Amino acid sequence: MSAAGSALFANVDWAEIGRAGVDTLAMLGGSLVLTVAVGLPLGVLLFLTGRGQLLAQPLAHGLLSVLVNVLRSVPFIILLIVMIPVTVVLVGTSLGVPGAIPPLVVGAAPFFARLVESALREVDRGVIEAAQAMGASPRQIVFDALLPEATPGILAAATVTAIALVSYTAMAGVVGAGGLGDLAVRFGYQRFQTDVMVVTVALLLVLVQVLQMIGDRAVAHFSRR
Amino acid sequence: MIELSDIHKTYRAGSGEVAALRGIDLRVAAGEVFGVIGQSGAGKSSLIRMINLLERPTAGRVTVDGVDAASLDAAGLRGLRRRIGMIFQHFNLLSSKTVVENVAFPLQLEGRLAREDIRARALALLDRVDLADQADKYPAQLSGGQKQRVGVARALACEPKILLCDEATSALDPETTRQVLRLLRELNGELGLTIVLITHEMDVIRRVCDRVAVLEAGRVVEQGVVADVFLSPRHATTRRLIEEGGDADDAGAGGPGAGRTVRLTYRGETTYAPLLGRIARETGVDYSILGGRVAHIRDLPYGQLTLALVGGDVDAALAQFAAAGVAVEEIDR
Repeated sequence: MSAAGSALFANVDWAEIGRAGVDTLAMLGGSLVLTVAVGLPLGVLLFLTGRGQLLAQPLAHGLLSVLVNVLRSVPFIILLIVMIPVTVVLVGTSLGVPGAIPPLVVGAAPFFARLVESALREVDRGVIEAAQAMGASPRQIVFDALLPEATPGILAAATVTAIALVSYTAMAGVVGAGGLGDLAVRFGYQRFQTDVMVVTVALLLVLVQVLQMIGDRAVAHFSRR
Repeated sequence: MIELSDIHKTYRAGSGEVAALRGIDLRVAAGEVFGVIGQSGAGKSSLIRMINLLERPTAGRVTVDGVDAASLDAAGLRGLRRRIGMIFQHFNLLSSKTVVENVAFPLQLEGRLAREDIRARALALLDRVDLADQADKYPAQLSGGQKQRVGVARALACEPKILLCDEATSALDPETTRQVLRLLRELNGELGLTIVLITHEMDVIRRVCDRVAVLEAGRVVEQGVVADVFLSPRHATTRRLIEEGGDADDAGAGGPGAGRTVRLTYRGETTYAPLLGRIARETGVDYSILGGRVAHIRDLPYGQLTLALVGGDVDAALAQFAAAGVAVEEIDR
C-alpha cells in the first residue's frame, strides 16, 4: 500500500483504484451486452406468449414466468456461489472478471426481461392490429413494428439494468473479480480506510451518473411521441 | 365482393359467454360504399373485423372476392389482408416512423418493390392526400385530420380493392370529418374502391354511403339504400339514431294547432320546386310549418317538412303533393 498523493487520501493506492475501475467497467460491459442478448429475446417471448397476445401460449408463458421469478428472487450473493459449477463449465473458471460475468448475466437478464415485457405492453395495441391488417407476419410484427415502437422503453430498461449491474459488481469480489465495489468493501469497510471508501464510492457515483445520462440521452433521441 | 353469411361471434367473458354477432347476413357489391351504423356495443367493430379476419367468426362464412376466407392458410390470409386496406379511429400509425415511412410500411412488409420504388410510391400517395410537404415529419407532429389522411394513404399503399373504415372519423372534429369523408368519396369514385365503414353517426352515413345496415345487439334490424332508410326509417333503433344525429325534423310536431299534421318528404329536384305555395292557393288550405329541413344525402337533395293543415280541401292538397312526387305521411297527434 504505497501512500501516493496527499495525506488526505493516505491509504489510497491510485494504481489499484485504476485497476479496480477497469475491472468494474469490464464486468459491466461484458455482462450488460450478454444481459441484453439473453434478456431481450426472453422479454419478447414473455410478452408474445402472454394472454391475449400474438402467440398466446398460457403454458409456455407460465413456465417462463416462474423461471424468471425464481431467478429474480435468489439474492445475488447466493446466486454467485450457487452458480460456481455452471460458471466453470461456461467460462473455464469461477474466478476473476470472467468468473463474475455468468452470475451477473443470470442475475440481471430476468430482471431486464421483465422490464422489456412491460415496455412492449406499452406499445399501442392498435399499432399491432394495424400491422396485422396489412398482412404482416408475426416475425415482421415483432421486428418491424413492436421493437421499433418500444425502443425508447427498452433503452430505459437497459439503463436501469446497467445501474443495477453496477451494484451487483460490488458483490463480485466474493469470487475474486475485483472492481471498485470490492475495494470499497475490503479496504474501506473491513479495514476502516474511510478515504478508500470515499474515493471508490465517489467513482461509482460518477459511473452511475454517466450511465443514467447516456441512457436518458438515448431515450430522448429515439422518442417521437 | 364481400359476403357475410349467417355470421355468429361469441366471446368468452369471465364465466359466461357474450354474443357479439348473432346471425349477420350482408352482401357488399363491388364499388359501393356500405355503411354499418349502430350504438356502441352493437357489434360493429367485431363485424368489420370479420371481413379481414382480424377476428374469426364463431360460425358462418366470410367470402371476399369469391374466396372463402376461412379456407386460407396463414400466407393466403396475409395475401388477402394486403388486398384490403384498413383505417382506424385512433389512426394506429407507427410513432417511431416518419409519415413517408408509415405509408411505405405495407409495401416494405410486402417486400415486392425496390427501396426507391417504395419511397416514390409512398410520396405519390402522400401527394394524393395533400400531405407531400409533411413526408419527413413524425405522426406526433401532425393534427388528427392529417394523421387520418396518412392512415388513408397507408391503407391504399398496396392498391387494395376494398377499404375498411373502423370509426375513422369518430376522433375528429366536424370540419376534419368532412374533409376525410370527402376524400373517401373521391377515392370511391376515382379508384372504384369498395368501402365498408362502421360508425355511430348518421351524418357519416348520410354523407358518403350508398347503402346502410343498422345493427342492434348483434343483428341487422334494417338495411337498404341510404335515402330510403334515412327518410322513412322503419325500426325504432334507426329512428333513434337519426334523432341523435339531429337529423329529425318533427321536433315541434307536438305543439298546439288545429287541423291535420302531415310530413312531406321531397327527393331530388322536387326539393326546389315551389309546390307548397301553389298547392295551398289552389286548394284553399292554410298551413303552419312545425318543423323541417333541406339537406343532401350524398348528392341527392331532399327536404322534409312537417305541416299542420287547416281549412280548405286538405285531401285534394295531399293528393296534389303525391302527384308531384312528394311522399306524404299523416302523423297522429
